[in-house]
Amino acid sequence: MPNAKRRRLSRVTATVVAVTLGGTALAACGSSDEDSEAQSGPVSLTYWTWTPGMDKVVDLWNKGPGKKDQITVTVKKQASGDTLVTKILTAHKAGKAPDLVQAEYQALPTLVSNDALADIAKNVGDAKSKFADGVWQQTTLGTDAVYAVPQDIGPMMFYYREDLFKKYGLTVPATWEQFAQTARALKKKAPDLDLTTFSANDSGLFAGLAQQAGAKWWTTSGDKWQVGINDAATKKVAEFWGGLVKEGAIDNQPMYTPAWNKALNTGKQIAWVSAVWAPGTLTTAAPDTEGKWAMAPLPQWSQSDNVTGSWGGSSTAVTTDSKHKEAAAKFAAWLNTDGDALNALAKEGGIYPASSSAQLSGAFTAPPAFFSNQPDFYNEAADIAKTTAPSAWGPNVNVAYTTFKDAFGAAAKNKSDFTVALDEMQADTVADMKKQGFEVSE
Amino acid sequence: MSSLAVQKVPSAAGATGAAQNRPPLRSRIALVPTITLLLGAVYCLLPVAWVVIASTKSGRELFSTFTFLPGTGFADNISDLNAYRDGVYWKWMSNSAFYAGLGALLSTCVSAFSGYALATYRFRGRETIFNVLLAGVLMPPIILAVPQYLLLAKADLTDSYWSVLLPQVLSPYGVYLSRIYAAAAVPGDVVEAGRMDGASEWRIFTRIALPMMVPGLVTVFLFQFVAVWNNFLLPYIMLSDDEKFPITLGLHTLLEQGANTPALYTLVITGAFLAVIPLVALFLVIQRFWSLDLLSGAVKS
Repeated sequence: MPNAKRRRLSRVTATVVAVTLGGTALAACGSSDEDSEAQSGPVSLTYWTWTPGMDKVVDLWNKGPGKKDQITVTVKKQASGDTLVTKILTAHKAGKAPDLVQAEYQALPTLVSNDALADIAKNVGDAKSKFADGVWQQTTLGTDAVYAVPQDIGPMMFYYREDLFKKYGLTVPATWEQFAQTARALKKKAPDLDLTTFSANDSGLFAGLAQQAGAKWWTTSGDKWQVGINDAATKKVAEFWGGLVKEGAIDNQPMYTPAWNKALNTGKQIAWVSAVWAPGTLTTAAPDTEGKWAMAPLPQWSQSDNVTGSWGGSSTAVTTDSKHKEAAAKFAAWLNTDGDALNALAKEGGIYPASSSAQLSGAFTAPPAFFSNQPDFYNEAADIAKTTAPSAWGPNVNVAYTTFKDAFGAAAKNKSDFTVALDEMQADTVADMKKQGFEVSE
Repeated sequence: MSSLAVQKVPSAAGATGAAQNRPPLRSRIALVPTITLLLGAVYCLLPVAWVVIASTKSGRELFSTFTFLPGTGFADNISDLNAYRDGVYWKWMSNSAFYAGLGALLSTCVSAFSGYALATYRFRGRETIFNVLLAGVLMPPIILAVPQYLLLAKADLTDSYWSVLLPQVLSPYGVYLSRIYAAAAVPGDVVEAGRMDGASEWRIFTRIALPMMVPGLVTVFLFQFVAVWNNFLLPYIMLSDDEKFPITLGLHTLLEQGANTPALYTLVITGAFLAVIPLVALFLVIQRFWSLDLLSGAVKS
């Protein structure tokens, strides 16, 4: 009896060892590239996306152009966010990433530097002509390659309560200087109210504001990266908002909380610096204020400027794990440039298309229901979208964003110096890049 | 735990009311633990109460009315949840029940076998195995999720029901608990007596030891069921097809739909509320098995 037991045990031990060794071997050979392009016969592709209703849009493809080319796409709906990037990279490590993924623009350098995205420059035809240069540039990362096709964009705008601005005799600020004066004027007239809040829980907002001011957080020269998170432009933005928080001209509570929803809904906060997708957020956050808001261009740093930043937006990319890259790229191009596809995307998924020609067609001829008082909402939005400043994303945006949330969150709460937080963000980002093995020039 | 604290409430109220009739020492002793338990109960129950009440609110009421004022939208929320993508919510719910039910059952079997073996048989390396298990108890399962994914990818099992079930079958904590319980509840004399009477080892285990271990195994089952039901990271990494998602992942995708679409708060809250009900029901049903402890008096010492 004990003997049999021992034998069984040693077998178990052997299995455990074998499994562990297998795991090591696997990690070693995880990223083997397969570049076989088998284009004959029917092709089936999988697509990870978080856009609601994407399955219905893909049905249009499967019944139309896809049927003709024998390319069938299957949607696997995912949750959006940074965690999806991790999931894609984990799957890629095992060689099991889907053929197509949805990725936010700032995630593209991370995915590309991990060799997860394929260069589809040869397969997307004349797609480039459908997009504004600043938008397209985000998918090339400044190279000759094309790593994704732009899907939606989030040009930033200024949203304000039209009725309350009138009530308190405020004018819509055209510059940030006027924005600060408006905040102070409101505090004088109604000490309980705030023009808006500075929130550190969505880094995309601050990144967009810095982008508008002309910041270039990540650039390359030769083989080296340059990180400019605490450059002069970003410092200007940080000092501006830090000053407003410190003097108490605006609130310092985070957004997207029940308290924030309530503040918007009851008119305690009367403006919001946001992006083109704000009507959707306001619909749930402040349902009682329908028809009372209006949208205007973002305030400028000098009277003669006309630029905006972007907050959000995503693209469709083809992975290096895909065995049918050409077919996948064909679908990605169709999805984001075809009129019917974009119409369906707007209707089912509520996206604001990156493609310039789609920004005024179909779903965008009428204003969003929440903004029925502003009939030319989407005309104005399309004009603003054209002024989007170029962006410069790097391979560890997630690290910069995490430090932003911590450092600026604390600074906003304590009303302390924002530039200190900015320096911390720069230092963390550079340190992480060096740790990852990137060449960084100081 | 919380039900214990709730039962304390009337007695605490009675204690202050009848304070004059009783020796003051007693009430002074009872007061501190009662208050502590009450605070604990409030801490645990307040979020639950929030979910219950928030699930009755319509989207319009959710953030605009007083937090603990029940709303009017419960029926609408349920029917919206029902209608969302042709009732995919119920698919998630049944997936969760499948993962948690079968996973906990298999895990309990494995724990019972190995715990009994570790407690009853003496063999070389027994303590080593047990120590490795102890180390396994201390290891958060989250750390293992990515290596497990890479392993299962090798076996081509990712994005399948197996990929979520298999890694959760072996629970170090379950084996540990079973061993401790078997050592305490199954006396060596009983096993020896069985051997003397000529019963096979299998028969001794199934007919004698297993019934004695039931309360411990019920605990293992419950722990494991709750652990699988609440597990997020493992299925998140393993699964990409949302028809196979458990409820935790499903609700997460409902919440994270990108900035373009209004967040489906009401659906998520109602969904979370409904997802708690099976767990509560399970606890209420299985709770009675815990009191079977007293049966373990087979040997006089």
